[in-house]
Amino acid sequence: MSYNADEKGYYGEFGGAFIPEMLYPNTEELRQNYIQIMEEPSFKKEFDHLLQDYVGRPTPLYFAKRLSEKYNTKIYLKREDLCHTGAHKVNNTIGQILMAKKLGKNRIIAETGAGQHGVATATVCALMGIECVVYMGEIDIARQAPNVARMKMLGAEVRPALSGSRTLKDATNEAIRDWINNPVDTHYIIGSVVGPHPYPDMVARFQSVISQEIKSQLKEKEGVENPDYVIACVGGGSNAAGAFYHYLDNPDVGIIAVEAAGKGIDSGESAATSALGKVGIIHGSKTLLMQTPDGQITEPYSISAGLDYPGVGPMHAHLFRSGRGEFISITDAEAMKAGLLLSKLEGIIPAIESSHAFAILEQKTFKPDDIVVINLSGRGDKDLDTYIDYFKL
Amino acid sequence: MNRINQKLKEGKKILSIYFTAGYPKINDTVKIIEDLEKNGVDLIEIGLPFSDPLADGPTIQESSTAALKNGMHTELLFEQLKDIRKSVSIPLIIMGYFNPVFQYGVEAFCKRCQEIGIDGLILPDLPLDVYLQDYEATFKKYGLINVFLITPQTSVKRIKEIDAASTGFIYMVSSASTTGATTGFGHEQQAYFERIAALNLKNPQIVGFGINNAETFDQATRTTAGAIIGSAFIKHLNRFGIDSIPDFIKTIR
Ligand SMILES: Cc1ncc(COP(=O)(O)O)c(C=O)c1O
Repeated sequence: MSYNADEKGYYGEFGGAFIPEMLYPNTEELRQNYIQIMEEPSFKKEFDHLLQDYVGRPTPLYFAKRLSEKYNTKIYLKREDLCHTGAHKVNNTIGQILMAKKLGKNRIIAETGAGQHGVATATVCALMGIECVVYMGEIDIARQAPNVARMKMLGAEVRPALSGSRTLKDATNEAIRDWINNPVDTHYIIGSVVGPHPYPDMVARFQSVISQEIKSQLKEKEGVENPDYVIACVGGGSNAAGAFYHYLDNPDVGIIAVEAAGKGIDSGESAATSALGKVGIIHGSKTLLMQTPDGQITEPYSISAGLDYPGVGPMHAHLFRSGRGEFISITDAEAMKAGLLLSKLEGIIPAIESSHAFAILEQKTFKPDDIVVINLSGRGDKDLDTYIDYFKL
Repeated sequence: MNRINQKLKEGKKILSIYFTAGYPKINDTVKIIEDLEKNGVDLIEIGLPFSDPLADGPTIQESSTAALKNGMHTELLFEQLKDIRKSVSIPLIIMGYFNPVFQYGVEAFCKRCQEIGIDGLILPDLPLDVYLQDYEATFKKYGLINVFLITPQTSVKRIKEIDAASTGFIYMVSSASTTGATTGFGHEQQAYFERIAALNLKNPQIVGFGINNAETFDQATRTTAGAIIGSAFIKHLNRFGIDSIPDFIKTIR
């Protein structure tokens, strides 16, 4: 079985491009060109150069000694939190801005929830001197003020999404509508492995640098390329796709995807898509999504804005359905506790999204000689207010 | 013969109206349809509201949100429409997004449509290749015409593929936009309308998006079989209520 997209963008039964005809020319242009462009030596050279000198790659693979002692196993952290702008998101935006340039586009649009992808997009647009509009739900604008300010400093225009529930899913709708209205000059930089083909595959390829580095770093440190487990949190699924990518076809490597249970799977306030979702169409992709029996998309909840998405990328829907990946959901409380523990034991304050991945250590027992890689997708600076509120710091 | 094909054969310019089912009030559906027919409308698109209408501008988004809040859902719409063929004879199309249809079950949905007397479907996010591969046979089995969209950016090659797959009319989106744009039609649109007319497609074309008065209706129908009005009608309902349908139709023709 293949865990990568076929040429129509399907991962098993999931994926494809369920888009209105207005978007067909744009996505078709991208579909016909993306692989060829990514394989051009000049593209690769510029991408690698920017990842190294601008983003700060390779990010370290750090052996977490005290955490390993506590859980009696060998834990490595892939330090995506040390990327420029503070999360893995920038790997994708660097790739896509270069793609947009190759396609001759001179205007960029993006959606953002917490603002991490918005900041990463505004950053690369500043770097390239390209006009940038970021859609953000009106409610998220109010609760993520520092990231809104960052985007503005970087020269981006932040447009409030006023429709529907005024959060990430609606910001995505607004970005798609903008693209319908500006089909020729604009490239849409989607922030995760979601959306119509070829986005899930393209974003996964840009993020695959994460597992590519893990392989060579692990070889150096442990003498083997393959860990026993890779663990990553899943919102749309881009950091997870990157961390899993080069291990997908190797059944010896266990894949653990961590979703946000919010206040509990059965609480009605959750974002655990694999547990609560059904097959349907969201943002142009056939995948698992949270919806009413009538097919209306429902509003998810998680304490971490980056995991607060009612769907999951089609790659992950397929990993779940096929049993290749183990999907576990973690509540707000479990994640917050794990974030605090990592801060105290290792001196690293994680993004709350990433804290969900660390909470797995409480749920699952690993063998003493297991090598467990946890993808530390982002740093906690953006979440300080939430940590302060939660722990009354 | 399907009512859509019959209507198109009459040769007069078609005035088609879109409205969102369950808006302004949950039980307005049947009255709106009956009044539209009484006032000379040729074809009606009944909007099945969706939480995330990607191709729609603010007016239809808001009417959809309101309709869902009012309690509209797929089964209820079918209930409301079950006797519609006792009072209405013009062609009726259900327009919506694919996910609610997919959840209902495509076959079950099509079957209900046939029982009620629905003539066609417009599902903008059901792509041509998926339709042909998975659903064409089902649509045909229940006598439903599937209507595809084209836009000014659609290539000639793809227009020909869409024409080949169509059995009613082609929905010609007037410009690169979501629904509800009101900028009027300039040279660019005229050139597009003429370019499509010159292709001599097997299916007639009906223009939608951006038609809001007699002038834009006339411009849109010069080289085509008709035009569709959505957002302008919904705005009118919102301002003047459902008893004012005759006034709206008079402003168009
Ligand atoms: C630090 C961090 N991790 C994870 C995510 C979730 O996104 P994805 O599942 O695409 O990696 C986000 C999204 O904002 C994020 O900021």
